[in-house]
Amino acid sequence: MLKITNLQKTFNPGTVNAKTALNGFNLHLAEGDFVTVIGGNGAGKSTMLNAIAGVWKPDFGKIEIDGVDVTNMPEHKRAKFLGRVFQDPMKGTAPDMEIAENLSIAARRGQKRKLIWGCTRKDREEYKKLLAQLELGLEERITTKVGLLSGGQRQAVTLLMATLSKPKILLLDEHTAALDPKTAAKVLSITNKLVTENSLTTLMITHNMHDAIAYGNRLIMMHEGHVVVDVSGEEKKKLTIEQLLGLFEQASGSQFSDDKVMLSKQR
Amino acid sequence: MAFLNALPGAIAEGLIWGLMAIGVYISYKILDIADLSVDGSICTGMCVCAVLIANGVPAWVSILVAFLAGAVAGTVTGLLHTAFGIPAILAGILTQLMLYSVNLTILGGKSLVQISFRQYSLMLSMSDNIRAIIVASAVIAVVIVLLWLFFYTEVGLTLKSTGDNPDMSRAQGVSVNFNKVLGLAISNGVVALSGALLAQYKGSANINEGRGAIVIGLAAIFIGLSVSMKIKPNFVVSLIGVIGGGIVYYVIYNFVILIGLKTDYLKMLSAIIVAIFLAVPYLKGRYFTKQKPISGILR
Repeated sequence: MLKITNLQKTFNPGTVNAKTALNGFNLHLAEGDFVTVIGGNGAGKSTMLNAIAGVWKPDFGKIEIDGVDVTNMPEHKRAKFLGRVFQDPMKGTAPDMEIAENLSIAARRGQKRKLIWGCTRKDREEYKKLLAQLELGLEERITTKVGLLSGGQRQAVTLLMATLSKPKILLLDEHTAALDPKTAAKVLSITNKLVTENSLTTLMITHNMHDAIAYGNRLIMMHEGHVVVDVSGEEKKKLTIEQLLGLFEQASGSQFSDDKVMLSKQR
Repeated sequence: MAFLNALPGAIAEGLIWGLMAIGVYISYKILDIADLSVDGSICTGMCVCAVLIANGVPAWVSILVAFLAGAVAGTVTGLLHTAFGIPAILAGILTQLMLYSVNLTILGGKSLVQISFRQYSLMLSMSDNIRAIIVASAVIAVVIVLLWLFFYTEVGLTLKSTGDNPDMSRAQGVSVNFNKVLGLAISNGVVALSGALLAQYKGSANINEGRGAIVIGLAAIFIGLSVSMKIKPNFVVSLIGVIGGGIVYYVIYNFVILIGLKTDYLKMLSAIIVAIFLAVPYLKGRYFTKQKPISGILR
């Protein structure tokens, strides 16, 4: 479903601030893979996700989604393959527009937009049903401006928007990091529900090792711009945090360091 | 008494400038771009309309051509901004400057073209203010209905989201650049349309007309929205509010002239009104609100 080959990206090349964020990054996702991504500060996790989304072009390497080479495709064009949820809850929705309008824009992702009614009564009924699944009471508020919702509610709406027109790949960039623990847990369970029900191929960056182990069928750890640990299936199910850290030190030859991740070790 | 006599004229002119403010509303409020090309495109609308009418083209055709001319000007600004990466404000200034030459060319090198209502069949004229009010209102009603329909289409919704949240729009497959160009074209088209009405109302097109138009537009928007947002914050009510803002602006304008203020000071006055409207929310936020506690995330 996703094939990334030898991806390379250096920010500010040729200056003292040059930073190689991706260094020969390879990744191959099968259809239906739910992969959690974990890694230290500046390991290149977000850079990798942004490369897939097309926020900028890589220096070299190749990205293929479902057999289509998207390496040079502009961001808004490859959006038809992708569902995205950002770390910042403000980023994924248009605050001054209704919940239903946000959803209707997302529902037509990848289609040619026409001069016909953009959010029909039939759409609204459909969105009500979908919102009811979130169990946040939002189905009663579809004409509410999204800007009036809380961060957690906005992230839930963004998740729905990302999955509405089934994406080939769902990209989640630490989408619960800005939420309080209780809300984060709720949003994560909604995520899991949407991903498994629609059997979506998913890449989820997280800083929480428990979550990284608990969710998905595969886990990768990144270090200095490439994958150093890649476990899946039975092996991943039985994984403990200590084992994970051990694997990381073995593969990278260094101690795992990320304050956020290390703090999340103690639940 | 003199004020009451001047009232119909003030309302008629206010309506026309209110229409121009709707154009500014599209760029400033919906697209979140301060587009300075409108100072030029309102004059383009005037020039195109006056020259066409002077050459025997029917008035209603002339205003449509004026709309298209404005849309072309907006497209130029949009392309300078999106395709060539020029900051929006500067792109607008560049177009505005280009338009000065364009407008002079349209006027055939003259600085003034007159279209007297005695000589030509005009849609509206300051000789008959009641009729001018009716005609301007009718044109505005058509524009508002068309904009209302448009902004609820699939394309229109993405135009709104482009200004509201470009990141989200791109993630949902919306071409932000295309939408900016489209929005600026519509915005400047509406502005030029108001210029076409203004030329007929005044009976002339003057190369120096339109300077500071954006400021008048913004003043009308701020005055209008300060009321309409309290009534019902939806699209159509906002647009009607903006028209009302234009009328209020021109009534005040006429009043100020009547009490004897020199017209030389009027641009200063407009600028101060806009500066106050822009500054107050900022100062309020900075000095008069307590830090809000972060409230519960999920209900």
